[in-house]
Amino acid sequence: MKVANDIYWVGAVDWNARSFHGHTYSTKRGTTYNAYLIIDEKIVLVDTVLPAFSAELIEKIKKIVAPEKIDYIIANHVETDHSGAMPEIMKLCPKAKVFCTAKGKEGLFKHYYGNWDFQVVKAGDKINLGKKTLTFIEAPMIHWPDSMFTYCPEEQLLMPNDAFGQHYATSERFDDETDACSLMDEAAKYYGNILWPLSSVILKKIEEVMKMNIAIKTIAPSHGIIWRKDPMKIVNAYLGWAKNETKSKVVVVYETMWQSTEKMARKIAEGITDCGIEVKLFDIAQSDRTEVIKEMMDARGFVIGSSTHDNDMLTAIAGFLQFLKGLRPQKRVACVFGSYGWAGGAAASMEKVLKETGIEIVQDAWAVKYVPDMTELEKCYQYGVGFAKNIK
Amino acid sequence: MAKYRCMVCGYIYDPQAGDPSNGIKPGTAFENLPDSWVCPECGVGKGQFEKI
Repeated sequence: MKVANDIYWVGAVDWNARSFHGHTYSTKRGTTYNAYLIIDEKIVLVDTVLPAFSAELIEKIKKIVAPEKIDYIIANHVETDHSGAMPEIMKLCPKAKVFCTAKGKEGLFKHYYGNWDFQVVKAGDKINLGKKTLTFIEAPMIHWPDSMFTYCPEEQLLMPNDAFGQHYATSERFDDETDACSLMDEAAKYYGNILWPLSSVILKKIEEVMKMNIAIKTIAPSHGIIWRKDPMKIVNAYLGWAKNETKSKVVVVYETMWQSTEKMARKIAEGITDCGIEVKLFDIAQSDRTEVIKEMMDARGFVIGSSTHDNDMLTAIAGFLQFLKGLRPQKRVACVFGSYGWAGGAAASMEKVLKETGIEIVQDAWAVKYVPDMTELEKCYQYGVGFAKNIK
Repeated sequence: MAKYRCMVCGYIYDPQAGDPSNGIKPGTAFENLPDSWVCPECGVGKGQFEKI
């Protein structure tokens, strides 16, 4: 599949991937591992694929050129889904030079222990391939210390590895060929679950690349769809997400034992909804937490609930809040609620974690003993109305 | 001299220890690190550090 003049997609579509790096990310739409082959006086492979797809990568390369002829391998990122086929590739072209950052060299060696011809590159370094050139842009912590982007000025093609990617398996390769809603949905989910905590680094890097004033016609990430119709669409989306821009939206997330906390959650959501604010509601014990995070990314307010169990919040919501804390959301407001039987304790624990996360608690916790009665349910509704005042 | 924490990865720069593997002698205040100095763990710049 041609991406630009003499540049081909040689990656793999992983239709059946349902969970990613262990079980930390649900890939319900599968994923792709994008590798690119450049045919010039020098033959260059930019990134590889997950080890299980090594044979598929090699087969695709063989249709274009003998893998033995590969001169250079660009390793933009150490992570196994991009470097995993390198041991198999290096068996075919053992003399190929491997271009990567200093941290990339360290990381690739600690993964594969190969005696490869590493060529460490720094920001701004260029290599000449014949008609085309490649420029390297170091991008530490977007999203590992080793990460870098590769840019081909002659084709105005940016290969930023995991940045601007999506876990989205498709037979189409380009943004103008696929459903725009699904594409942006997966791009948002990718940002929220992987890149969100690195927003300050991302913002700075995008500004830096914009100041370089380089023309970008195509953005070819290492997962999912290639942006060629409107590459600025995803760049602008990243700018908004990195700035923690939010809209008038509230996500209610709770865990319940005997449905009392659930009844409260639904009434609170009703109160917020009646104020004209978009609401999403999730029982975290039954939900895909990576989808919940996607919904939280553009929501100004979070309402968090749990029954009290053993004087604390329940374990699924505790794990979820721990995950949320690591993602470092900014400029958000929250409140907590839940049902208890005797001493309580969940509300204080939830508030503590939210405060540690840097989220402002704008309303006192609201706890109900055992099952909420009609008066208490009305109070839940008003609790939602009260919270909504902090959202607009 | 104050310690500084990398807000991205959590690395702590201790001026007493410096960063000898990157040519920074022990006793170098964070403020006196060259602008080209980056976090030895994750590679981000000085601007991503906060005083602790």
